[in-house]
Amino acid sequence: MKKEVESGEKNPIESFLRMDRIPHIWCPGCGIGIVVTSFVDALRKSDIDLDKVCVVSGIGCTGRVAGYLKLDSFHTTHGRAIPFATGLKLANPELKVVVFSGDGDLIAIGGNHFIHAARRNMDLVIICVNNFNYAMTGGQLGPTTPLEANLSTAPYGNFEYPFNLPYLAEACGATYVARWTALHLRRLSKSIQEALSHKGFSFIEVITPCVTLYARRNRLGSGLNLLKYYHDNSEIQHGADTKTLDISFQGKLIVGKFVEKEKPTFLDAMNQRLSRVLGDKYQLYGRINDDRD
Amino acid sequence: MMIEIRFSGFGGQGIIRCGLITGKALALFDNKHATMTQSFGPEARGSACSSQLVVSEDKVLYPYVTNPHILVAMSQDAYEKYYPELRDGGTLIVDGDLVKVKPDKRNIKIYSIPATRFAEELGNKIIANLVMLGFFTAVTKIVSPDAMKKALPGLVPDRFLDLNLKAFDRGYEYGKQILTSQK
Amino acid sequence: MKKITADPKGVLTGVHYLDGDFAIAEGALAAGCRFFAGYPITPSTEVAERFAERIPLIGGVFIQMEDELGSIAAVIGASWAGVKAMTVTSGPGFSLMMENIGLAAMMEVPCVIANVQRGGPSTGLPTLPGQGDMMQVRWGSHGDYEIIALSPNSPQECFDLTIEAFNLSEMYRVPVFIMTDECVGHMHERVVIPPPEEIELIERKWYEGPKDKYLPYKPDKDMIPFMVKAGDGYRFHTTGLTHDERGYPVINAECQNILVPRLVEKIKKNADKIIKFEEEETDTAEVIVISYGITSRVAIKAVQEAREKGMKVGTLRLITVWPFPEKRVKELAEKVKAFIVPEINYGQIVLEVERCAGGKASVIGVPHCGGGVHDPDIIFNAIKEALK
Repeated sequence: MKKEVESGEKNPIESFLRMDRIPHIWCPGCGIGIVVTSFVDALRKSDIDLDKVCVVSGIGCTGRVAGYLKLDSFHTTHGRAIPFATGLKLANPELKVVVFSGDGDLIAIGGNHFIHAARRNMDLVIICVNNFNYAMTGGQLGPTTPLEANLSTAPYGNFEYPFNLPYLAEACGATYVARWTALHLRRLSKSIQEALSHKGFSFIEVITPCVTLYARRNRLGSGLNLLKYYHDNSEIQHGADTKTLDISFQGKLIVGKFVEKEKPTFLDAMNQRLSRVLGDKYQLYGRINDDRD
Repeated sequence: MMIEIRFSGFGGQGIIRCGLITGKALALFDNKHATMTQSFGPEARGSACSSQLVVSEDKVLYPYVTNPHILVAMSQDAYEKYYPELRDGGTLIVDGDLVKVKPDKRNIKIYSIPATRFAEELGNKIIANLVMLGFFTAVTKIVSPDAMKKALPGLVPDRFLDLNLKAFDRGYEYGKQILTSQK
Repeated sequence: MKKITADPKGVLTGVHYLDGDFAIAEGALAAGCRFFAGYPITPSTEVAERFAERIPLIGGVFIQMEDELGSIAAVIGASWAGVKAMTVTSGPGFSLMMENIGLAAMMEVPCVIANVQRGGPSTGLPTLPGQGDMMQVRWGSHGDYEIIALSPNSPQECFDLTIEAFNLSEMYRVPVFIMTDECVGHMHERVVIPPPEEIELIERKWYEGPKDKYLPYKPDKDMIPFMVKAGDGYRFHTTGLTHDERGYPVINAECQNILVPRLVEKIKKNADKIIKFEEEETDTAEVIVISYGITSRVAIKAVQEAREKGMKVGTLRLITVWPFPEKRVKELAEKVKAFIVPEINYGQIVLEVERCAGGKASVIGVPHCGGGVHDPDIIFNAIKEALK
């Protein structure tokens, strides 16, 4: 890994990106790039074999992250990134599988997979870029849109209650839960590092600006204005009760690390249970993937 | 020669198991071809239930029973439902305590055993199907008793294997007695 | 493409009395399938149950997913990790899988999907047979692509064709379907499982060149690209979007026009190698009964009766339903008066027979809406009618 960082004059992040695909498709002022930068920073600082890191995305603006990272990367179908990642991880437990996707993809169309992967404590890192709307399709109402926010399918303002994602994740069984904004670059990077070394279902929500759609439609100004909103309204409360983390329109943003606990992962629990019941007959599972050698 | 057999009764009596055990015995240990199909309603217990077996020296092509040579009925409902399709010259085997056979002029051989009562005497009415299978084996001679016994492991719980064998023997002996007394 | 013999751990060599569902699970284990993701649905659940019971003793993973959408997605993920993977479903579950079947076709991921068909549409007849998904399996996901579908008519064939399905999916990097039905799925018969050294398996073509030169979708001469495993350091990208040889999205008609024809032609051009069927007395036949799955065994009774009465009837049993044995049906259409096509649906494969017959032979469908099998007399009458 060191070698990659030291290679030449170029920006150290370049060796983590598919530079032949740059420029990317994200709008000026979009926050997804910031999250990718934090992620790369976390990879650089982690003692992790990059060959074993897989990134799985669903569909949407954040769904395109997989396509820009120079890792084994999978751009799957809408909502199915988590079960796809589950298959990858279980078929080769040596992999470190990161799901990088948006709020709509992970929590609306993919919500069922999200809650069940959390319940199983599946050993995955989930980075959820929450920009409060469906941006790829032109700014529609999403599962995290704050009440009263105006979107193309909520033209008179949203009246649906949004999800409080850290609370949802914790209630379903996630063993690492954090929330940051796109302003908290270093703290986010540290959280991702922690998640990468955490065994179990790790969930990081990142509140990010969608300037072109969410901000413009709600007259919230430029990307800079949104970062200023994050700056003025976020409050770090590590260990906060996740019940208290609702987000209201342009309201206070409580951020921090809320949950970090040890619990057997799906595979640990499987190995424990089957060993106990089947004894020596059980073929301990973990390294089945060397049949090609 | 192809033989069609129908086991019938109500759900929970081990009717499917009867077809499975007999089919496995024939196919694995008596060197015959035996195709077992089953039909039952969506209710898991208590509804009319039947398993069908087509037995042949050669590969079974058409897998369904249409006019069985042998009908085993362990409930009144099953008897009434399936008796009309039993072919002339065929064999009807019933649990005499549970099925009241209505006399008619058809050319049908009838064998009766109080299988459920015998099973209760052995300690558990759940093994009535094995009593019935022992009896069936003795009176029809379609399958060898050895093959039937060899077929049991895997199809009855290990801890009840002895009890099931006992039940089978009870039915088999009763069948032999009936045959002797009819001579 | 590497040929190997089966791993003895997964092969339950011997003579067994199994139903079709269990035989599919044993076939998968013998074929080296070590990952199963599924969701319970009648009448396919027994496949999952058998796999769940056996896999801990062999070494692999069974996971019961939260739904069929998740099941097929997990299977595709597992296959990218280099493990042979499958799922099993029926009726509504099959419908739910359609989107990701398209993803598997697009990403060219080897995987096997068994559909133990029941009566439909919708929840339909959960415990009763049907063959109503035969067109859905071919066309069910959006866009143009090809798949392979096999139709076993006995538990023994469930075992044999599941192995075949894995081999085909590895060879052509395509989802392969075992299109059985409730009758065969729940029918018990003798199943002979050979010793592992007699089971020949095919592995996908692994890329072995320099890592920085790897292009995930650069086709080989046979139109099939080489594959690598996730985690082996190739840092590759794959997507369900239209993509170039690098696996990068290219959203234009030119790229589409290179990719889609290859997805279709890699199967079409190899159709002769893929397709299997059985025929009897077609040389002398005036009428040929074309059938598949359980219906082939029901039709045989009608055919036997017709032959006893001196009618010249042949049979063509489709073992591979997709790709359809177009060439053979076209040849036969030149010689016979009529094709009779009984199937447990309202007329699906009969449409394909009609297309291939091209008006040269008449085509008579014998539909059955599901919930049972045909009364052989109805098929017999259709034969008699056709010969008039």
